[in-house]
Amino acid sequence: MTPFGILTASACALPLASIDTDQLIPARFMKRSRADGYGQYLLHDMRFDETGQKRPDFPLNAASAADAEVLVARRNFGAGSSREAAVYALVDFGFRCVIAPSFGDIFASNAVNNGLLPAKVSEADAEEILALLQSSATTITVDLHDGLIRLGNRTFTFSIDPIWRTKLLNGWDDLDLTASLTGDIARFEQQDAGARPWIQLQDGSD
Amino acid sequence: MTGTGQPRTLFDKVWDAHVVTRREDGAELLFIDRHLVHEGSFHAFNKLKEKRAKVRRPDLTIGVADHYVPTRTRILSEIAPEVAGMIRQLDDNCRANGIRIFGFDDPRQGIVHVVGPEQGLTLPGLTMVCGDSHTSTHGAFGALAFGIGASEVAHVLLTQSLWQKKPKRMRITVDGDTAPGITAKDIALSIIAAIGADGAQGHAIEYAGRAIRALSMEGRLTLCNLSIESGARCGMIAPDETTFAYVTGRPFAPGGDVLDRAIAAWRELASDADAAFDRAILIDGRDIAPTVTWGISPEDALPITASVPDPAATDDASRASHIREAIDYMGLRPGQALETIQIDRVFIGSCTNSRIEDLRAAASVLAGRKARVPGLVSPGSHLVKQQAEQEGLDRIFIDAGLDWVGAGCSMCVGMNGDLVPAGERCASTTNRNFKGRQGPGARTHLMSPAMAAAAAVTGRLTDVRPLLRSDA
Ligand code: SF4
Repeated sequence: MTPFGILTASACALPLASIDTDQLIPARFMKRSRADGYGQYLLHDMRFDETGQKRPDFPLNAASAADAEVLVARRNFGAGSSREAAVYALVDFGFRCVIAPSFGDIFASNAVNNGLLPAKVSEADAEEILALLQSSATTITVDLHDGLIRLGNRTFTFSIDPIWRTKLLNGWDDLDLTASLTGDIARFEQQDAGARPWIQLQDGSD
Repeated sequence: MTGTGQPRTLFDKVWDAHVVTRREDGAELLFIDRHLVHEGSFHAFNKLKEKRAKVRRPDLTIGVADHYVPTRTRILSEIAPEVAGMIRQLDDNCRANGIRIFGFDDPRQGIVHVVGPEQGLTLPGLTMVCGDSHTSTHGAFGALAFGIGASEVAHVLLTQSLWQKKPKRMRITVDGDTAPGITAKDIALSIIAAIGADGAQGHAIEYAGRAIRALSMEGRLTLCNLSIESGARCGMIAPDETTFAYVTGRPFAPGGDVLDRAIAAWRELASDADAAFDRAILIDGRDIAPTVTWGISPEDALPITASVPDPAATDDASRASHIREAIDYMGLRPGQALETIQIDRVFIGSCTNSRIEDLRAAASVLAGRKARVPGLVSPGSHLVKQQAEQEGLDRIFIDAGLDWVGAGCSMCVGMNGDLVPAGERCASTTNRNFKGRQGPGARTHLMSPAMAAAAAVTGRLTDVRPLLRSDA
């Protein structure tokens, strides 16, 4: 994973609450292979009308959104299903950070596993950032070292779980670390087998 | 990190018993007792292939075909090739890795969160994960069960463990007996309306109180299933006699001496009397009415006797904007009485409400009556289907004019092709009323099976209470 440090990029304002994972990527696209990129499915049913035409007033369809790397939304972003495809869609579209007052837990954890920063701000700051983006500035700086967001001459703080922060800063993949711990896992399994024999599923029980 | 003598919650006890190690930043490596996989887990299996790696504990991994299975045929070649492909892919991945699978043609197949409890794979005190957010369902047994994403699924396949940061603890107590006709679904929707769809984010919920203890295992499964809809990481209920009675005799549950030992251990799991919770919420069960959703988030829930909210009546700009967006999508008017909302179809099914008690509740309302709208009844598993047919419930649904189909996720998410057409309004026993969840442009109202049956009978959202037979 690419480490996340300081990102200066153009931002897209999406002033909606509870954008759930069913919006981020409708279920019918989840059969597709990731190889073709999931960016085309991002917020598909909001971006396109029934005939497949782009809805001109949808923020992601604005010319300025084409190279946006930061998305700003209202509360409860990414609520709903555990589909990591929702994160793939954002990442493949080009986003590296989502700013919102709250996130679905599974979404946020999936985001971190794909190097996408879920930056949590207060509701008031989210509203101010949204207003600023809609009126003037579109270039935003997100600094993960200091937990700061800069926009025009305003600075906002954001929070992120310290465990996730470290992981993003280092671009860590949990698997690398766990691979070095197989001995610990085996020890746990051994002790546990005696203590909780009901955990074992016999192969012949069906 | 354990045994400090501090009073502990149910959640802490299960968590602590599974910590393999802890790293400097505070994340803990949890051992996973049960890993459930379904068709959607293909991204994770692909990662495994890339790494040419093996599944560490195929014996603790269980495959279930549910999301894509057709409910109107048992012949795979009759369905869309890319849907059939998803089902075959799960089969192939499980067989290649020596994983037990309840596949499309297995007589025990069903929705993963119905099959786990039914087969005795779900037990108290276990850690259980699945690449599906409604894994919270299994918390009904006092298991620590939660949904994970594809990267995490791959991690569990490879290591049978998962790095997690400990969530906060939240207790939701429902005291006061609920009135007749009030179900676990009504309790759950009332809780979500009270605390919000993100109200429990970052928390593990423990449900407690008289009204919870009084629930059957099936009701507890419904309640814990909906924990994710308040944003919780998981929902749990302390195991008790109801739990032990349910587990006993299940195919994969322990028996004999091992069961006795297990039950003794499970009794110790209940939260200690003075264990601390980060948040505690108290709800009076007597206040809960039959509840339905009117909007596009499960928090948009109200008693059936209420009316659609008016965005002009709130000072909160963000809330007003949400209400406007919701009533626009749902095609409703502010102030419209919920009982006047006409529906186009009903769906009774999903991991929330497709177990035998759910079907009995719906059938008791539909018996001797006709549905005014079309509808689909999809039992949670083949075994539930068989049981329902033995009890003659299928006849009641068919005589009322509803379709009685096979087991699977079906119209909950529409991946198998069971969709609500655009613009249509569905009274649904599922868990998500998100825009387009049941199909592009579909409008979903969530409610209990009895309430969905009542809506079928009248063709509009309806208070089920007058329809309940006194002899039922
Ligand atoms: S029934 Fe619906 S919510 Fe449950 S597992 Fe299937 S798709 Fe998910």
